[in-house]
Amino acid sequence: MWNFSSYPERVAAVCDTGDSITYGRLTSFADTIRSAVPDRQLVFCLCSNTLGSLAGYTSFLHNRIVPFLLGSGLDKAFLDRLTETYRPSYFWVPQELQSSFRDASQTCFPALVCEYGYALLKTPFTPPFPLHDDLALLLTTSGSTGSPNLVRQSYENLAANTASIVECLEITEHERPITTLPMEYTYGLSIINSHLAAGATVLLTAKALMQKEFWSFFKDQRATSFGGVPYTYEMLKRLRFFGMALPSLKTMTQAGGKLSPELHREFAEFAHASGRRFFIMYGQTEATARMSYLPHKQSLEKCGSIGIAIPGGEFSLIDGQGNVVTEPDTIGELVYKGRNVTLGYAESGDDLIKGDENGYILATGDIAKRDVDGFYYIVGRKKRFIKIFGNRVNLDDAERLIQSTFPGLECACAGRDDHMTVFITDADRATAVKRFLSSKTGINPAAFAVTPLQAIPKNNAGKTLYAKLETSICGR
Amino acid sequence: MTNLEKYAKAFVDSFDVDTAALPTCSYQSVAVWDSIGHMALMALLEETFGIMLETEDIIDFSSFEKGKEILRKYSVEL
Repeated sequence: MWNFSSYPERVAAVCDTGDSITYGRLTSFADTIRSAVPDRQLVFCLCSNTLGSLAGYTSFLHNRIVPFLLGSGLDKAFLDRLTETYRPSYFWVPQELQSSFRDASQTCFPALVCEYGYALLKTPFTPPFPLHDDLALLLTTSGSTGSPNLVRQSYENLAANTASIVECLEITEHERPITTLPMEYTYGLSIINSHLAAGATVLLTAKALMQKEFWSFFKDQRATSFGGVPYTYEMLKRLRFFGMALPSLKTMTQAGGKLSPELHREFAEFAHASGRRFFIMYGQTEATARMSYLPHKQSLEKCGSIGIAIPGGEFSLIDGQGNVVTEPDTIGELVYKGRNVTLGYAESGDDLIKGDENGYILATGDIAKRDVDGFYYIVGRKKRFIKIFGNRVNLDDAERLIQSTFPGLECACAGRDDHMTVFITDADRATAVKRFLSSKTGINPAAFAVTPLQAIPKNNAGKTLYAKLETSICGR
Repeated sequence: MTNLEKYAKAFVDSFDVDTAALPTCSYQSVAVWDSIGHMALMALLEETFGIMLETEDIIDFSSFEKGKEILRKYSVEL
């Protein structure tokens, strides 16, 4: 996917601390890692938008060591559960967290490499699970509400998706994307992968859009592009982004959920008027990262559309009877075919030896239609999940999580993207439920509304009538 | 309610924090004060005081104390 040795003197990344790293240094750091990790093993990488996190990740991939990318701020109980399930041979962690990794007798795991603020720790877990030859990388699909379900991505998946993205966004070595998303998040990672493939310079910052330091770094380092989930664009609007002086900015991309048509139009108009490019994209971790893009020249004309399949990919729509939809403006489940469709899921350590289970075909679970010009529009979802600030949250998992923590509490979860509504039958526990959900998922409580009801509407078989609940949300 | 009380209430409502903890409250000192919490707080303050904050002030609004200074620029007496 990468060929760092063809441009060793170029700067691969600049961090908001002022430090930077060249492609040549990334290559030599991969050698350091290789001498510490002699064979193909599993490493848990606790990611952040820093040089250490990046250098570890690129070195593991380069040496065919399999990284599982996780956020460095991940809930400890969830991390412990994942550790127990997958028994990683190593951890790659920020040095300040190093002392929290200990064995049963409270002895710290030995550090084999300490560089760029990160440490490579050797764990005592044996025996390691065997890894399939094609397995390159592991990512989670959602926040911490779910089971420890991982997506297994292959070297072919990464190379194919990276090449498609470089092609459709016309990424060159002159680009300087600034990070606005976590590295362990598939869309954030694909921005890094595609720009490293083009020999560009990634601007790494842990600062958020709402912080002054983010914008000083943006301006000082002349960022040329950023990506964002729908919420990012809402925040930008609140920041009165259209009036900001950002002469270096050339490209904006949006993925991770559906942007409201109003915001889509406003940002597309802004881009057209100021000579910039605005790309709407659509993807899933199960397709490595991205499946479609709306060419920037059509961002206004095709407002609300996810566009067309990325180069090398192909979409079709399948109706309820399993037939291919050929008529325009007719809905069906969106099915994608391409070399970026990942190998499958892992639910336990034994699954890491599995090969491809999908045959390059992914039923997305999204309901879509296609217009006469061949552009796709997402109109709904087959499964019960919503996206909160770009993170997939399964509503049934959320219910189970609440019920197991609050025994005897009746609850039902519904809502739309960025707004989950939890219906409960005991008003006194509303605050506790909200706090619990926020702390468990690491998602800001602003996303959760807890509504007490006399009773949860159910049918005779005892199944929750979600349609009725949805009406009660809309009626508010 | 005085303006200062209204100001404090916006923090308490946005971040679910104790009034006693407010003087030391700053961006990311509580988990809830992240970008999303920040946006909610800004919206609530704009609504409470009937003002429209400038970009520079939104991104400079890094703590409970700093916010007081900023609101004074909008003729909000605290």
